[in-house]
Amino acid sequence: MLVYLIRRIGQSILVVAVMATLVFLSIYAIGNPVDILASQDADQQELDAITRRLGLDRPMYEQFGIFVWNALQGDLGRSFVYAKPAVDVILERFPATMELAFVALVFSIVIGVPLGVIAGLKPDSFVGRSIMSTSILGFSLPNFWIGLMFILLFAVQLRWLPASGRGPVTEVLGMPLTFVTWEGLRHLILPAVTLALYKASLVIRIAQAGTRDVMLQDYIRFARAKGLSHRRIVFVHVLKNMMIPVVTVLGLELGSMIAFAVVTESVFAYPGMGKLLIDSISRLDRPVIVAYLMMTVVIFVIINLVVDLLYAAIDPRVRLSEPKG
Amino acid sequence: MSENAVLENAVSENAVPENKISETAAAPPPPPPVEDKGESLLRRHIANYFESVSATIGLVVLVTIVAAAFLSPWIAPQNPYDLAAISIMDNMLKPGEQLDSGLVAVLGTDEQGRDMVSAILYGLRVSLIVGASSVLIAAIIGASAGVLAAYAGGRIESFVMRIVDLQLSFPAILVALILLAVFGRGVDKVILALVIVQWAYYARTVRGSALVEKRREYIEAGRCLALPNSRLVFRHLLPNCLPPLIVVATVQIANAIALESTLSFLGVGVPVTEPSLGMLIANGYRYLLSGNYWISTFPGVALVIVIVAINLVGDRLRDVLNPRLSR
Repeated sequence: MLVYLIRRIGQSILVVAVMATLVFLSIYAIGNPVDILASQDADQQELDAITRRLGLDRPMYEQFGIFVWNALQGDLGRSFVYAKPAVDVILERFPATMELAFVALVFSIVIGVPLGVIAGLKPDSFVGRSIMSTSILGFSLPNFWIGLMFILLFAVQLRWLPASGRGPVTEVLGMPLTFVTWEGLRHLILPAVTLALYKASLVIRIAQAGTRDVMLQDYIRFARAKGLSHRRIVFVHVLKNMMIPVVTVLGLELGSMIAFAVVTESVFAYPGMGKLLIDSISRLDRPVIVAYLMMTVVIFVIINLVVDLLYAAIDPRVRLSEPKG
Repeated sequence: MSENAVLENAVSENAVPENKISETAAAPPPPPPVEDKGESLLRRHIANYFESVSATIGLVVLVTIVAAAFLSPWIAPQNPYDLAAISIMDNMLKPGEQLDSGLVAVLGTDEQGRDMVSAILYGLRVSLIVGASSVLIAAIIGASAGVLAAYAGGRIESFVMRIVDLQLSFPAILVALILLAVFGRGVDKVILALVIVQWAYYARTVRGSALVEKRREYIEAGRCLALPNSRLVFRHLLPNCLPPLIVVATVQIANAIALESTLSFLGVGVPVTEPSLGMLIANGYRYLLSGNYWISTFPGVALVIVIVAINLVGDRLRDVLNPRLSR
């Protein structure tokens, strides 16, 4: 196990290093940020001054060296636009995105599990089949368009919910949260449901398969023979057992939720990391893009590492077969 | 002989003159290539396909849409990108209102006075071209990588599959977004980004089936006949790995179209001069809050219809091409 652990951590560090190089090289290729920052009628002297201040006049390898050295110390450069360390700019937006992702995660369970269980209990009924075919839509429809239609329906036509932005922020245990107030929750509902739809479809499919599987087990037959009510069988025995795969997959999907939030946040003008990334791309704010990517890479690598280690702990075949590739 | 050496042989034997290959291949019964499995199988598949009503509807809708999109210069009410044909006076007309030219804008017009029906038809063409060509290129690259990995084994296999694993551990939308931020806008760049994002799916799918197929007797027979490795891999192994690839690729076209529209919506996709459906939706986004719903809604509906139709077709293909599922 220790050998596997060391090798796996080594691989993760390698991945981060490779991604850092790729990210730096590719971002270096994006247009010149000075053109954006300088005013239209700035003369050459001003342009040079800005270039020098941002360190853009040094050769590429030198910039890369400085980048790596600073990155190791947790400094990913200063945002050209906000004139603050890029990491700070992102961390300011981090709680908003995490809040959105977690609320969406809750929604996807609340929507997905009951529907999946219903579909799994009666797989051949009309209801069961409609749930399953609707879940295919959740997978394949473009998420941003669904978000737009939600805005149109609930914000423009019915005027029930706000179309964009984030509600008032309240500090709870040192975390800036919005869902504790009604106004904040109202702002969260549409983006969170939109973000949750894809995962909810996934949960429906896993829950349906899990339920069908569990229903065939001997312990369910035994519970029936024992004379337990149908309700108790479903709510206690089935639910408990089919939640295992659901929880595993959702844990894995938390990372992709953060990535998908890029789209949802843009649709709802929600001030999270994803919106920041899109804004930074259009403003050529290189350090923020780099910092966002590096943080996302690290988050993903950590999630993958934890999942792999858990699997290896549970299933010895994984760590034993690894050396061969 | 190590499996690495096998692959090196494949490369060197590629250079063998054509007639030598045919000599070796002409020796006693060559393993039947896939075409020889006969028309009857194909016909049975086709008959099987049309047994499903929803899949038939899906195919009909899809064919109609593709035809309409590619005939758009001839059937669209106006050319939405010909500045002479559109008039700013017609801007933001509601669905059903009449244009200056007497034409009725069934789905309304946008802020520049373009008829939405025409804009959607032209947009569909861009979306379909991007989706289909990116899938085609990615499938060719991915399938070659996958089948070579499976056949070569050893280091080559683990190297290819490591890259695949690495890539699949990051969400496609994020990778594509970054690539396009680097490349800039453009139809060709979107296709390139989508190819980079997608090839790994096909590599994984094809490798999976190639690992099974490569143990079959016909591959062994081919080896006994001293067929060159390249011929074994591309003429015999690869064709037999195609059914699952076709299914994945079909559904993936829908995903590619959805991904492209998302990227264009975020402003990193196709250029303004060649708007896809996603771009049209993004244009309408600005007017959504003032109640001008039609600019975003109808291109989205077109997008949804295309995606659902492709999924219906793909789903049916999966059933038809999978012998275990045939009822």
